[in-house]
Amino acid sequence: MSVPAQLGKLLNWKWGAVLGALLAVSLVAVAGDEDEGKKSSRVPKPHVVIEKGDKCVEDEAFMKRNHMKLLMHQRDETVHKGIRTTKYSLQNCIDCHASRKNNSVLGSNDNFCQGCHSYVAVKIDCFECHSSKPKPMAARVVAAGNGAVVAADYSGVNK
Amino acid sequence: MSDEINVSRRQIVGFGSAALAGLALAPGVLLYDLAHGKQPDEAVSGKVRWGMLIDTNNCKDGCNDCVKACNTEAHLSGGTKETDSQWMRKVELKDMRTGRATSLPMMCQHCAEPPCVDVCPTGASFKRADGIVLVDKHICIGCRYCMMACPYKARSFVHEVVTDQNSDLPRGKGVVESCTMCAHRVDRGQTTACAEACASAGHNAILFGDLNDPNSEIAKRVATYATTQVRADLGLNPGIRYQGI
Repeated sequence: MSVPAQLGKLLNWKWGAVLGALLAVSLVAVAGDEDEGKKSSRVPKPHVVIEKGDKCVEDEAFMKRNHMKLLMHQRDETVHKGIRTTKYSLQNCIDCHASRKNNSVLGSNDNFCQGCHSYVAVKIDCFECHSSKPKPMAARVVAAGNGAVVAADYSGVNK
Repeated sequence: MSDEINVSRRQIVGFGSAALAGLALAPGVLLYDLAHGKQPDEAVSGKVRWGMLIDTNNCKDGCNDCVKACNTEAHLSGGTKETDSQWMRKVELKDMRTGRATSLPMMCQHCAEPPCVDVCPTGASFKRADGIVLVDKHICIGCRYCMMACPYKARSFVHEVVTDQNSDLPRGKGVVESCTMCAHRVDRGQTTACAEACASAGHNAILFGDLNDPNSEIAKRVATYATTQVRADLGLNPGIRYQGI
């Protein structure tokens, strides 16, 4: 074996070792960053307070991406065809998610709708016309007394 | 063992009595039909035509109860300036020759051929299958052509930001609105807020019902007595009829 060839082999081995060491160090650093991210959360996250109910009308991940489509569909059904099912209605959202502090889904970034929407910088037009508060208890009693179909569980709202 | 048999026997007796009750109500009469309600998941039907009959003989001069009830229901301010929303207003008529005065409420007449729908450039003004004329505020651009087209001056434009709305009657700045014939109540099988207030005041001047159902009170009254459509010459066939004018 010639001298330059031996030198080349040695260098390759040395460079390999150096690269390996660097990789190991950077992997450790990445792992450390991940841990740190979980603990101190340098990235701000929306503060979502789900006030009532154990379970949404659909899977949570589905609702995060598709709640606007459900609402849009329901709105046309209700306005044009008079279909007033409660499952996907905006009123149903508000009944569960209105804050206990101010009885609304708006008001601060701690409130359900506003918290997420201000985080993702998407304007909510709903509440320029729609009430952001649950329907008062008295109105529900009147509706129920006239043979209305009202969802059964409204207890705990609007105390 | 004997318990189980008893339970099933009770169930059979229960089913039997339920079936008997059903028979007693038949033919063609269901309990929720009595309250003219529909199921929440049921779309409104063209078989129905909601309307109101206003008996001006019973409408008391100076009484404002229907207008107040409407304002309360829709959370309107009750103001009467040009920029205030008025879904319903009292009109006083006087025959100058005889001196006979008539008082009546005027609101959206829920025409069968609504001019507001004809002129709407976006399709926001529409007539529901059951004859109720509405504005889809999601589509309305606030151009106010419908306000110009309406011969009854029934529509209002919302000039100011609105807060504290009725959950069932969303209202907001920049769109046109008018009487909805309390569609949110009607869909639940209730009557309109104005008719309810008039009845509870003891005047019974406003009768709400289905003009297409020959057994309804309103259809019978319309078939028996002379009633008038305001500006019948326009051929719009309003769903609101007046008696005694």
